[in-house]
Amino acid sequence: MTDEVIDIKPMDFQDREVPDETVGEVHVKNPRMTARNVSVYYGDKLAVDNVTLDVGTSEVIAFVGPSGCGKSTLLRCYNRMNDTIDICRMEGDINIDGDDINDPKIDVVSLRARVGMVFQKPNPFPKSIFENIAYGPRIHGLAKDSVELDEIVERSLERAGLWSEVKDRLDQPGTSLSGGQQQRLCIARAVAVGPEVILMDEPCSALDPIATAKVEELISELRKQYTIVIVTHSMQQAARVSDRTAYFHLGKLVEVGETNEIFTRPAHRLTEDYITGRFG
Amino acid sequence: MSLTSLILPLLIIGAIYFYLGQHWGRRQWALGSVKLHSLPRYYGFWTGLVATVPALLLLIFLSLGDDFLFKSMLKQFYPSDVLDGDVVVRAIAFTKVMNLVEGVRFGVQEPWVEAAASAWIGWQKVADLVIASVTIGCSLVAGIFAYRQISPTFRARNGVERIILWALIACSSIAIFTTIGIVLSVLFESIRFFKLIPIQDFIFGVEWNPQFEGAERAGSGGGTATYGMLPMFAGTFLISAVAITVAVPIGLFSAIYLAEYASLKTRSVVKPLLEVLAGVPTVVYGFFAALTVAPFVRSVGASLGIEVASESALAAGLVMGIMIIPFVSSLSDDVINAVPQSLRDAAYGLGSTKSEAIRQVVLPAALPGIVAAIILAVSRAIGETMIVVMAAGLAANLSFNPLDAVTTVTSQIVTILSGDQEFESAKTLSAFALALVLIVVTLALNFFALQIVKRYREQYD
Repeated sequence: MTDEVIDIKPMDFQDREVPDETVGEVHVKNPRMTARNVSVYYGDKLAVDNVTLDVGTSEVIAFVGPSGCGKSTLLRCYNRMNDTIDICRMEGDINIDGDDINDPKIDVVSLRARVGMVFQKPNPFPKSIFENIAYGPRIHGLAKDSVELDEIVERSLERAGLWSEVKDRLDQPGTSLSGGQQQRLCIARAVAVGPEVILMDEPCSALDPIATAKVEELISELRKQYTIVIVTHSMQQAARVSDRTAYFHLGKLVEVGETNEIFTRPAHRLTEDYITGRFG
Repeated sequence: MSLTSLILPLLIIGAIYFYLGQHWGRRQWALGSVKLHSLPRYYGFWTGLVATVPALLLLIFLSLGDDFLFKSMLKQFYPSDVLDGDVVVRAIAFTKVMNLVEGVRFGVQEPWVEAAASAWIGWQKVADLVIASVTIGCSLVAGIFAYRQISPTFRARNGVERIILWALIACSSIAIFTTIGIVLSVLFESIRFFKLIPIQDFIFGVEWNPQFEGAERAGSGGGTATYGMLPMFAGTFLISAVAITVAVPIGLFSAIYLAEYASLKTRSVVKPLLEVLAGVPTVVYGFFAALTVAPFVRSVGASLGIEVASESALAAGLVMGIMIIPFVSSLSDDVINAVPQSLRDAAYGLGSTKSEAIRQVVLPAALPGIVAAIILAVSRAIGETMIVVMAAGLAANLSFNPLDAVTTVTSQIVTILSGDQEFESAKTLSAFALALVLIVVTLALNFFALQIVKRYREQYD
């Protein structure tokens, strides 16, 4: 999040021309969430510049781009996490299933129940594993009794591939798990609320390669039920897990398209330079 | 006298050795033929510190120690009646001698006192000379030793590091030894008290009437002195309970407001204002309690048809509660702020409202710190004296009704010990026994609170 605020622009791409028009098809047939002319400001600084993009139902879309390109900021618009930052201001429309998320009639609390989030650093609550998962269902009243709650916890942990590892120690603190397990616990915690969309902000950047592989495997598993938006710095990860890829540069959405297209035949010069590692 | 006038020469010697050591280092540095282990100034620090620190410690030790030696040497001058006398007789004899030594003369003294005083002055002169030569000699020798020790491979930097470590340990142990000293001094006086009054009468007694002590000793009748501590402890707990009932909710909720809801600007104004409360002298709180709050409580009570004593535990407790609000609010605010933002993000990301995130995530994570803040406030309330003396009265009633006049342990200690006291009477010594129990109670309180924190804490690292 912070690296979005800090303006890191290596000299060699400051001069490059960023187009006003996005290359590629921003619209999809069955959109879950749509962003129309979204701009985000931190104080006076423009972080996201007039982005229009659809997120399709049950697809995994990866946001890539150099640090400070606005990808995390846009991600945090989808569940209005930027509301917690005083100086942050958003323009344009974001809809979920046709409802404007910034509409005063839409409650931010229920929006976040529909659009879950997994953060860069694993952040389990300092509670037991069980309580970590049960937290969301409890505050939203998803379980009628403790039996149902137990079921939700078990199902969520199973869905996150963590059940077999933790089923005998549900009463131990979530912080006692390894980093990779903690991150999968956070994913299970998000899943437990029954969201339609899961936002992932560089979910593997604090994990070792083996834990990363497990989380990626989990993402491929989750795509069957959920729409997933993932911000990543790893090109390989975007290529491995996503259906579509969006490339951001200096707050603008430069190019979007099918992941194999983007990685094999990037249309825009900037995209090509970035994915081939010429800068970033 | 010898102590202070010798410090300067020792520091000068230290400075000279520092210069020598650093100069040696710089010369080697300039020659460049060998590689020095440390920077030149570390060789300076090493020689300088070795020359000064042990000599200074020796100086302190000798200056404090010589009086003990002289005191035992003084015995040869005492006449037999002093030697056979008890502690008090010897103390008086010693004071007589010391008065003469310091040039204070009350009339004509016995010849042995004159002789002892002049001998003491003679010893003092010899001792000053010995101390001066020993410490300066020690300093010079240690300096030479250190200077000869240094070589290009000598690890002066690590040596200096070690000296710093020991200096830090010495400073922190001063606090510990002071605490031990306080406890011991209270303990010894209490033991003297318990020789006069059985300990079970003190701990389980429900009557507190030390004021009859004088009459009882004079044999004039009129009452029996009793030393039951329970009324005062009941009063202490009653007033502290009222204070905590006021301070914890107000303090904690203002901390939550400051940490989670207030804008930066509000916070920067409100927090210092709250902390001003801690800066108000307790005597001011005392007359606020006695002149404003107590009559108010009384009149409210009267309008409801309830009898309230003009000096009530409720009034004192209310004001004490206001006084300790900043302890709770300021420390709780700090610990709430220290809870990582990522935990709040996680809670918000799952769709918590602000108060859900605070109640279920932030506060449990901040619990150990909040409990610590409350403990600090409780010990402040238990130890508070002035408000109670002024607003709650001195009547030692065994009562748990906050509308009664009660008294506390600390205000009784003040009453007992203010003015001239004879240290042989049970009345005076009872103050130390009270203090001892107070120390034990607060220690126990801290201990149990720590256990509770350990059991319920949610560790976020």
